Amino acid sequence: MAKLDSRIPPGPLAEKWRRHKAEIKLVNPANKRKYEVIVVGAGLAGSSAAATLGELGYKVRCFVFHDSPRRAHSIAAQGGINAAKNYQNDGDSVYRLFYDTVKGGDYRSREANVHRLAEVSVNIIDQCAAQGVPFAREYGGLLANRSFGGAQVSRTFYARGQTGQQLLLGAYSALSRTVGQGLVQLHAQEEMCDLVVIGGQAKGIITRNLVTGKVSRWAADAVILATGGYGNVFNLSTYARGSNATAIWRAYKRGACFANPCYTQIHPTCIPVSGDYQSKLTLMSESLRNDGRIWVPKRKEDCKKDPATIAEEDRDYYLERIYPSFGNLAPRDISSRAAKRVCDEGRGVGDSGLGVYLDFSDAIKRLGEDTVRERYGNLFDIYHEITNENAYRTPMRIYPAVHYTMGGLWVDYNLMSNLPGLFVLGEANFSDHGANRLGASALMQGLADGYFVVPYTVGDYLASQKPGSRPSTDAPEFKQAEDNVTSIITRLLGAKGTHPVSHFHKRLGHIMWQYCGMARTREGLETALKEIPKLREEFWATVKVPGSADTLNQSLEVAGRVADFLELGELMCRDALTREESCGCHFREEYQHPDGECKRDDANFAHVAAWEYQGAGTDPLRNVEPLVYEAIKMSMRNYK
Amino acid sequence: MVAGVSKNNISVTLRVWRQAGPGKPGGFVDYPAKNVNSNMSILELLDVVNDELTLKGEEPIAFAHDCREGICGTCSLMIDGKPHGPNQGVASCQTYMRSFEDGAVIVIEPFRAAPFPIVKDLVSDRSAFDRIQQAGGFITVRTGAAPDANSIPVPKADAELAMDAAACIGCGACVAACKNRSAVLFVAAKVSHLGLMPQGQPERDSRVLAMVNTADELGFGSCTNQGECSAACPKLISHDFIVRLNRDYLSASFRSAFCAHAAGSHAD
Repeated sequence: MAKLDSRIPPGPLAEKWRRHKAEIKLVNPANKRKYEVIVVGAGLAGSSAAATLGELGYKVRCFVFHDSPRRAHSIAAQGGINAAKNYQNDGDSVYRLFYDTVKGGDYRSREANVHRLAEVSVNIIDQCAAQGVPFAREYGGLLANRSFGGAQVSRTFYARGQTGQQLLLGAYSALSRTVGQGLVQLHAQEEMCDLVVIGGQAKGIITRNLVTGKVSRWAADAVILATGGYGNVFNLSTYARGSNATAIWRAYKRGACFANPCYTQIHPTCIPVSGDYQSKLTLMSESLRNDGRIWVPKRKEDCKKDPATIAEEDRDYYLERIYPSFGNLAPRDISSRAAKRVCDEGRGVGDSGLGVYLDFSDAIKRLGEDTVRERYGNLFDIYHEITNENAYRTPMRIYPAVHYTMGGLWVDYNLMSNLPGLFVLGEANFSDHGANRLGASALMQGLADGYFVVPYTVGDYLASQKPGSRPSTDAPEFKQAEDNVTSIITRLLGAKGTHPVSHFHKRLGHIMWQYCGMARTREGLETALKEIPKLREEFWATVKVPGSADTLNQSLEVAGRVADFLELGELMCRDALTREESCGCHFREEYQHPDGECKRDDANFAHVAAWEYQGAGTDPLRNVEPLVYEAIKMSMRNYK
Repeated sequence: MVAGVSKNNISVTLRVWRQAGPGKPGGFVDYPAKNVNSNMSILELLDVVNDELTLKGEEPIAFAHDCREGICGTCSLMIDGKPHGPNQGVASCQTYMRSFEDGAVIVIEPFRAAPFPIVKDLVSDRSAFDRIQQAGGFITVRTGAAPDANSIPVPKADAELAMDAAACIGCGACVAACKNRSAVLFVAAKVSHLGLMPQGQPERDSRVLAMVNTADELGFGSCTNQGECSAACPKLISHDFIVRLNRDYLSASFRSAFCAHAAGSHAD
């Protein structure tokens, strides 16, 4: 049984982080260069961590599977980043951001972590503005804000519809500076394939160079994973095609606990699926819900009509009707399920019937087309490119799609996993968003973890490790891990089967979407738990991976990632099955209030489920970390 | 935009550059594709062709891609002689088959430039761009040392113009489109973005000198003002930024020649 000590510091909530920073151990500046830290991933969390640790004087190596750190999928975040600056004078505060995030997460996140996140949110904006991130400005030159779901204040900072891009380019510029100065060594196109654990502590990684195929060993005093989320288990998602779970999954198989894997966010505003060939779903930023109104026809028979011909009184603005105080800005999980419900009733629009309208005609009347274009122009352009429709004239059609995973590797308050020396940041960890993440909070968390949390807490761990005690890569654990990696590669290339990898990924995606998607049932999850192992067996028996291991082989890369998804998908279903309640994005049909809202079971499930690997063929162990709420009273979420 | 009314299904021939590795000989191979849904992106068509090649026991076509929504800058196809294909203001991943006629032969090559050596098939190595960034594409600010964000007002018009430049996705289409293989639009975008912000002023001279000189050292060519780069840019970065770059470079060169301390040093 893994020991899950959350190491939440004592004292009043608002004092914890300040006090903790003052009390944790420091590394002498002259000793810092004796420690080597590996950072895997260079999205917001990885770049900011690598740059900051490099600045502090540690020897840092940063590994990315992309050809450049600037490609990480943080780049695609559109809408914005939250911070409790209260620049709008609308009553925002650290406490309100904290409260909204805990409530938005349906009381399944760790209070102390979330409070710290809200505290450092203000520093993030300062840091990014100083780096030259071109945030939106008011005419006086000060920063502008917009509103996002789940909040009644305007606290979201943005750079047009490309906030993630601009923040990532800011972090990438910081990383580039430290690389140029020789403080950080960048290893591009080098994919982490295994974690090396020596004496119970993370001491290195095994990578495969994606261009040459070379498998290498890297020793370190600490390993930081910032490798993003695992939503591509569903095949179709808003993730980049390359986003994968391999680093965290292989760390899990080395003993790191995987927390709340079933918490996956389905984003309400994506462009609907149009065909079988489709490789990806495209998000339309939630910020559109500030000015767009969501509706479907009241009557089924109107669904195929031109929306312009449907009279106002025949439209059902269902979010405004059901949730009058939050309206179109209801949180993501609630908005997604509401869309699913109206489509299940047969009132969906578009060819597939799986779509709802997001209508800007009122906003255009009120603000003028130019203002709407200034706010959302690039999103309207994306919509036009994909659908060939002009959303200034006709409403957009949207439908929910997999977008983010709140689950991830379990970490303590220091963002360290149960394996000492292994730190996990950003979307790859589980800690801050509970069962549902609010919009504009992912960018905040990635940068909080990388700039302002891990640089302190890694030092606390390293101070307990003797300088120069890093093991040699000749240690037997390195050889064993390298052998594991090469045996997976050999096995994949050796299976001279009959189906390409995509065949299995699509089928896994169907199973996951059907049984572990927006609504889940015991029966469905049990079916999935039978089907996934069968599919996995079929994969290994009949997959066909062409080419060789000693060159750029994209089929081999994808095959390894899909092999991991085929295992992770099963764990997600197992987690969803054992969580016998509904909370946030985890909606079990058996557990709902008469109005269709989530019915939490705080008596039995106010805890984190952290799964521990027990070896192939053995059921994993479900460890539990109770969630204790000291500052906030748990209550039923109400957005009505 | 070429994209007109959506036709349903078309048949095309993909004439694709195949090259086993760096320095290896390469050549075009034809792949007929029938019954292609015109709402498919050209990358999705390559996915389908690759699955067919896999089943036939042939090696699939290597091509770079990731986000498939036009923002990561990974995809980099030269389509019928144009970086990212026939439509303006989009990346390869946003090039849909409705942009092509039924029966078309579509020539697909990698982005070619001496500083972008070909890795395999349609993939070229663009890490030279990272090296230009590392030379000076930043504002030096230590984590935690920043003043309150609203203590540095930025005129809205400047912030908007900086954002226009900052929209660059680093794909390299500008280089591939240029007969001189110049990276000047890429450098201009970064130099303009940071140079338009008050935060970027202290390192303005050292930045432009370091980035331009590094691009030269890496073997990118010079600019002869043809404007091919802006026309090919998926983010339509304006040619005006090159004017701004030239002005910055010239004044920084003067200052560094006649007044060494004014140019500053970009490193510690």
